[in-house]
Amino acid sequence: MTVTDNPTGGIIGQARLRKEDPALLTGEAKFMDDLVLPGALWVNCVRSPHAHATIDNIDTTAALAVEGVTAVYTGADLAEDWAGPLPCAWPVTDDMKSPDYWPVAQGKVCHVGDIVAVVVADSRYVAADGAEGVVVDYSLLPAVISIEDAESDQVVIHEGLGTNVSYEWPLIPDPEGVEAAFANATHHVTETYVHQRLIPAPMEPRGVAAVPAPHNGDMILYSSTQIPHILKVMAALTVGIPEHKMRVIAPAVGGGFGCKLGVYPEEILCLALAVRHGVPVRWTEGRTEAATATIQGRAQRQTIELAADENGKLLAVRATLLADMGAYFQLITPGVPLLGAFLFHGLYDVPLYSFTCKSVFTNLTPTDAYRGAGRPEATYAIERAMDVLALAVGVEPDEIRSLNFIPTEKFPYDSPAGLVFDSGDYQPALDRAKELINWEERRAEQAERQAAGSKMHLGLGISTYVEMCGLAPSRVLASLNYGAGGWESATVRILPTCKIQVVTGATPHGQGHETAWSMIVADRLGVDPDDVEVLHSDTAISPLGLDTYGSRSLSVGGTAIWMATERVVEKASLIAAHMLEANADDLELTNGVFNVKGTPGAEVPLAEVAFAAFTAHDLPEGLEPNLQAEVTWDPPNFTFPFGAHIALVEIDEETGEVEIIDYAAVDDCGNQVNPMIVEGQVHGGIVQGIGQALWEEAIYDEDGQCRSTNLGDYLVPSAAETIDMKLDYTVTPSPTNPLGVKGIGEAGTIASTPAVMNAVVDALRHLGVTEMAMPASPMRVRRSIENAQGGAV
Amino acid sequence: MEISLTVNGDTQSADVEPRTLLVHFLRDQLGLTGTNIGCDTSSCGACTILVDGQSAKSCNLLAVQADGAEITTIEGLAGADGLHPMQQAFHESHALQCGYCTPGMVMASISLVEEYPNLDADGVREGLEGNLCRCTGYQNIVKAVLSVKK
Repeated sequence: MTVTDNPTGGIIGQARLRKEDPALLTGEAKFMDDLVLPGALWVNCVRSPHAHATIDNIDTTAALAVEGVTAVYTGADLAEDWAGPLPCAWPVTDDMKSPDYWPVAQGKVCHVGDIVAVVVADSRYVAADGAEGVVVDYSLLPAVISIEDAESDQVVIHEGLGTNVSYEWPLIPDPEGVEAAFANATHHVTETYVHQRLIPAPMEPRGVAAVPAPHNGDMILYSSTQIPHILKVMAALTVGIPEHKMRVIAPAVGGGFGCKLGVYPEEILCLALAVRHGVPVRWTEGRTEAATATIQGRAQRQTIELAADENGKLLAVRATLLADMGAYFQLITPGVPLLGAFLFHGLYDVPLYSFTCKSVFTNLTPTDAYRGAGRPEATYAIERAMDVLALAVGVEPDEIRSLNFIPTEKFPYDSPAGLVFDSGDYQPALDRAKELINWEERRAEQAERQAAGSKMHLGLGISTYVEMCGLAPSRVLASLNYGAGGWESATVRILPTCKIQVVTGATPHGQGHETAWSMIVADRLGVDPDDVEVLHSDTAISPLGLDTYGSRSLSVGGTAIWMATERVVEKASLIAAHMLEANADDLELTNGVFNVKGTPGAEVPLAEVAFAAFTAHDLPEGLEPNLQAEVTWDPPNFTFPFGAHIALVEIDEETGEVEIIDYAAVDDCGNQVNPMIVEGQVHGGIVQGIGQALWEEAIYDEDGQCRSTNLGDYLVPSAAETIDMKLDYTVTPSPTNPLGVKGIGEAGTIASTPAVMNAVVDALRHLGVTEMAMPASPMRVRRSIENAQGGAV
Repeated sequence: MEISLTVNGDTQSADVEPRTLLVHFLRDQLGLTGTNIGCDTSSCGACTILVDGQSAKSCNLLAVQADGAEITTIEGLAGADGLHPMQQAFHESHALQCGYCTPGMVMASISLVEEYPNLDADGVREGLEGNLCRCTGYQNIVKAVLSVKK
């Protein structure tokens, strides 16, 4: 790894072990279901077994007869408990069609898993018993399952909207130019890809508890959420609890991957029921329940067209999406495709660009953000299409990419979609990835096997990617109609004994914020990172924040921490100057000691300054007696991490099984605060993306029943199918923040899916296979081979 | 039903409903919430504990089946002298992120290494197939387990 422009001295850049680990390794950490809440009532949700039906009658008699059941509520019973429907924060167009989404269905159900009644009981087992006793009569309606059926409007799910089409969102800066480019192109590639629905499946399912204080009106909402701050505002508005009386706490959160970036019915329900009953009300999701109760990811059909000249130089890219919103809008459902809208030309220098997205409702679980959210979809389309273009031109897949990379000298690069890519240097990453995978030798081995008539086929697949993360400049979000900003907040506080408290609004759920934030602060102050405590995930302690998603925490939240630290140092230097009878401008802070530049011996430790700030006996005139600073940072731009991944797969022609043999990843996330954490993010991201390529799919039948509701049927990768990956990095700092960082949380997932799928097609191309849908299961692989060879083989 | 068992070295006697899952007994009745629940089909392994020295998924046993058993949960590993070698290895190899699968993964790994001391990386991968992790991509978990083996 080449480190350039590291802004600091010492601690930043070290592979430092995580301070989060001891609590998690010993069972000391408290996850949602671990909380002990005396007197709490348990909720069990009665969910629709049908995708589309009217509710004719709900008989709660048997449920209420169960000993220990306190109450049973239907949608009608609770209709007056809501100040409004569940919120959608991203009305992407002014005329977007948006159905009311109530915590408990009223009159009809729109997907399997829709809540039709809730049972409240004195234990989780009794609540489940009660739910068994709720009898619901339904009249079935035809279910709209495919996006094509949805688009046809033959059955309209939300009658009041008059159509299943929610919105159309075009981004076509130069329509005539695009048309002309395609008219004049030597090569015109048209590809259609489907992103199957994915179940996010963090290892901890969701969970909620609402703890009321009926007499003073306070309400604490505990939730396994990525977004306590956003949840506080939204839940207050939805239930009608004054925001200043609401406190949201995210305990230890066992992964999120986007699916805990919501305002869910169960959160709102527990709040309303806690108000009704005046005691704590809690709910813990079951895994099977989660399959249809928690949002799903991806779910779109893409058509991508490339116009290129005779050498394969791109002239224009046109992407057309049909996106499946599911039955309702969750918090940012409509905006997810837009997070990819700017990136369908990938990291290639393309003068002309066209993107259109049409979104439809179906009778399936709502979709929303899932690791990468929009960017994996965009990357998949362009990266698979680039392989097809390479084939059309007659060059290798690495050559077509190198030919089209945005030249390094063009940065900052004005993209055809209207973004400014901050920095990039793409070729070295690809060169290094080829080296790690032994590209030439593997190509030769592949050819040998083919020549020998082997039934074990090798395939090499490249994916080069750029993503936009560091969500996000608030003004850009405004232009996209997003209902909030993209800033992040930090407070840095030096305590009297020179221990440090850091308060962050970026809410972790496994990433290692406590370790990374401590390193940033310790690096600047010259203290031990173990002397820094990071406080988070509780809106009473960290009132300002916009939480964690979109690889934003370091580049936005980390920058806020850096700036707040700088500000504290500035103030401390005024006190130190006073103590040293020197000019603050002449001081520097090195290894925790202020010294007067050029005057050896004229120094005072930060610890003494901290204590002086506390006693306030002799501070400079007019200086407030504290050493703390709060910064809210609104980034001027996104950041644009990039990289090159190459997968080597082996496919058994007889069984259709795809095995990953080797994997090389070269990522560039700018400067790294903790390379160990970066590596972990890349590992996990890659495997999650491979999961989409080879194994994962929320399988629905024609009635809208999910057939992959548990972890036996929904194939989250295990250790047995995965391999050790080869990682390396290039370092191209971002010029948009003082740390020069970009973000790495989603890169692996964005890159690996197309790398693996390109490898699968590469392995089978000599058999005539040109297309492959995801996941590339043994059955799909066998069918593709059979189809290519004109029937059974 | 009355049951009596040893948990992390302490004798416990309790009255349990016959249908109570062992994992719920440990968590809700004994307050040992380190053992997590990640699924309801014994697929994920988050609830793995040691029953008479062997790894078992505690969501797949009834509390009454553990009558007379000697049980170790994640809370029973670390002592005054610090973390268990497997916990330490997970820490040093960055083999955990969100940490939800970790207690089960650590217990399964201890049992695996105990039973098969000479496993290579592929063997570790096969041996941990019943324990899912969504964060780490397993590479560092395998590394951690192999480091303990040595």
